[in-house]
Amino acid sequence: MPSKLVETYFRSNKLPHIWCPGCSHGIIMRSIAKAIDNLALDKDNVCIVSGIGCSSRATGYMDFNTLHTTHGRALSFATGIKLANPKLEVIVITGDGDCAAIGGNHLIHSARRNIGITTIVFNNSIYGMTGGQYSPATPTGAVGTTAPYGNIDPNFDLCQLVKAAGASYVARSTAYHANMVISQVEEGIKNKGFSFIEVASTCPTYYGRKNKMGNSVDMMTSLKENSINIKAAEKLDEDKVKGKLVIGEFYKVTKPEYTEEYQKIINSFQKER
Amino acid sequence: MDSKRIKLMQGNEACVEGAIAAGMRFYAGYPITPSTEIAELSAVKLPKIGGKFIQMEDEIASMGAVIGASLAGLKSMTATSGPGFSLKQENLGYAAIVEVPCVVVNVQRGGPSTGLPTAPAQGDVMQAKWGTHGDHPIIALTPSSVRETFDLTIKAFNFAEKYRTPVILLMDEVIGHLREKVEIPNPDEIEIIDRVMTDKNKELYKPYEVEEGELTPKMAPFGQGYRFHVTGLIHDETGFPSGKPEVAEKLITRLVNKVELNKDDISLYEEFLLEDAEIAIVAYGGTARSAKYAIELARKQGLKVGLFKPMTIWPFLDKQIIQLSKKIKKVIVAEMNLGQYAIEVERVTGKYSEVYRCNRVNGELISPDEILAKIKEVY
Repeated sequence: MPSKLVETYFRSNKLPHIWCPGCSHGIIMRSIAKAIDNLALDKDNVCIVSGIGCSSRATGYMDFNTLHTTHGRALSFATGIKLANPKLEVIVITGDGDCAAIGGNHLIHSARRNIGITTIVFNNSIYGMTGGQYSPATPTGAVGTTAPYGNIDPNFDLCQLVKAAGASYVARSTAYHANMVISQVEEGIKNKGFSFIEVASTCPTYYGRKNKMGNSVDMMTSLKENSINIKAAEKLDEDKVKGKLVIGEFYKVTKPEYTEEYQKIINSFQKER
Repeated sequence: MDSKRIKLMQGNEACVEGAIAAGMRFYAGYPITPSTEIAELSAVKLPKIGGKFIQMEDEIASMGAVIGASLAGLKSMTATSGPGFSLKQENLGYAAIVEVPCVVVNVQRGGPSTGLPTAPAQGDVMQAKWGTHGDHPIIALTPSSVRETFDLTIKAFNFAEKYRTPVILLMDEVIGHLREKVEIPNPDEIEIIDRVMTDKNKELYKPYEVEEGELTPKMAPFGQGYRFHVTGLIHDETGFPSGKPEVAEKLITRLVNKVELNKDDISLYEEFLLEDAEIAIVAYGGTARSAKYAIELARKQGLKVGLFKPMTIWPFLDKQIIQLSKKIKKVIVAEMNLGQYAIEVERVTGKYSEVYRCNRVNGELISPDEILAKIKEVY
């Protein structure tokens, strides 16, 4: 029997999902549903948009207005939807390859506009759907099918990128810290402007196996042990934080939201009449 | 006719006027010569009527935003030129498979690549048909005057809404930047078609179900309880992905048939002095104007020549062209490319008539004299 949460927010007849055993994308997907539940949003008013890749398959399972779009382009579709109907709560689900490589331009400019979209990146450090190629989030030195001798690319700090571009809410958590994911997604949705939540996920099939990181439990343990909350990190010396994944809320600010600013222009003409 | 409805107007301007008359309330675009005036004018006009304009970060994003906005309920358009049209193709295919109405204007310039940005061309005829991958339906209309740009932009929206498919308005730089006197029809003289919405309740609605004898599924209002799924994957009538061969074949066949089996409705063209003609010129867009003038010059010299002007460039007007070639033994296809439309004409007229070509790809118009010389050469 599905739980109350699954029954309410998922298309149970589309489950089980296609993700591999041990993949932690399901935890993040559930956390998003839980955040929506905690905020008591009307399902009919929520639109979830995804691109292409493992994480982007989530939209097919979630019982909202859902769009599974083209690779990297979810944010551009979401922008059209939000601007056309600002009353909708628009959420984007994307992966590290989808949003940081092919969709990088859309990510930067959506953040710059501070348009009211909450973006959640399922960052599993690899292209999973195509079988384990290195992404902009693959750490330097890690192995992928297209980085057989070790990845020489430096990896992106997406939170810093998006903050610099203009997002008004920026946070990071991991699939291990499910409660943190839930609260960050809630905060992200509550924020009027562009919210960005990066969630470290695990891909035991392609990333873990290639990089000898053990099984899914080992990878989950490593998410727990190798992450540090920003509040704790701020009190420690830099060398003690080095190599750890800093998690928590990085940035929260109130500034003009795009569709509201556009509505002001429309309203200015209506007053003239 | 109200004198206020008579205006001196540019082709690109008429496109925006036509779009707004058709009900356009969303425009997303990216600046590119020679289409930029369409974006500029949309930016000025849309907020005044409660519509939305956004300049996106690139052409790909513009196309995505247009599809998103259309799904959310607003009639949507984007405009571009060659290099941008190439970038639109990815999401154009998405619009075709998810059946979201939208209009994509391509004011053609010289290509390939950056080519001749400010010079006219008609080199995107085949790209309009085959630019995105896979078998898919496409409707493309091409105007040859400012007034026709107004009318065909409205037609483009009407076809998009009626058949739930992207429609391309294939303009060229000649028409985009041409200024001429236009009589804008009164709103009550304009036929406007809106997408058909479902009358089924939320429980029974299937987003891609078609009724007996129909090819186009009915849409449901977005964000009002229907909660359907939209995917670029092959999907069944419920909208969810399917890998079954029979589902793929059924979907793609239906998508293509939406256009192919409605050709009679979609086929727009004009004929000029063809009744007694011994030579038919086939010309469209900016080139049709030179052809018409060349025909008038030829007639004065006693040469019996007429014009067949396709306004629907895709689907191909095979029925009309075959009929034409059965009657007239010599056909000249004049176009600002190396024979993209001529290939199609030759394909269907092969056994009936001889096809001659009159082409230019140097960024200059094909002049009436040039067409007249061709007429004399083959007469």
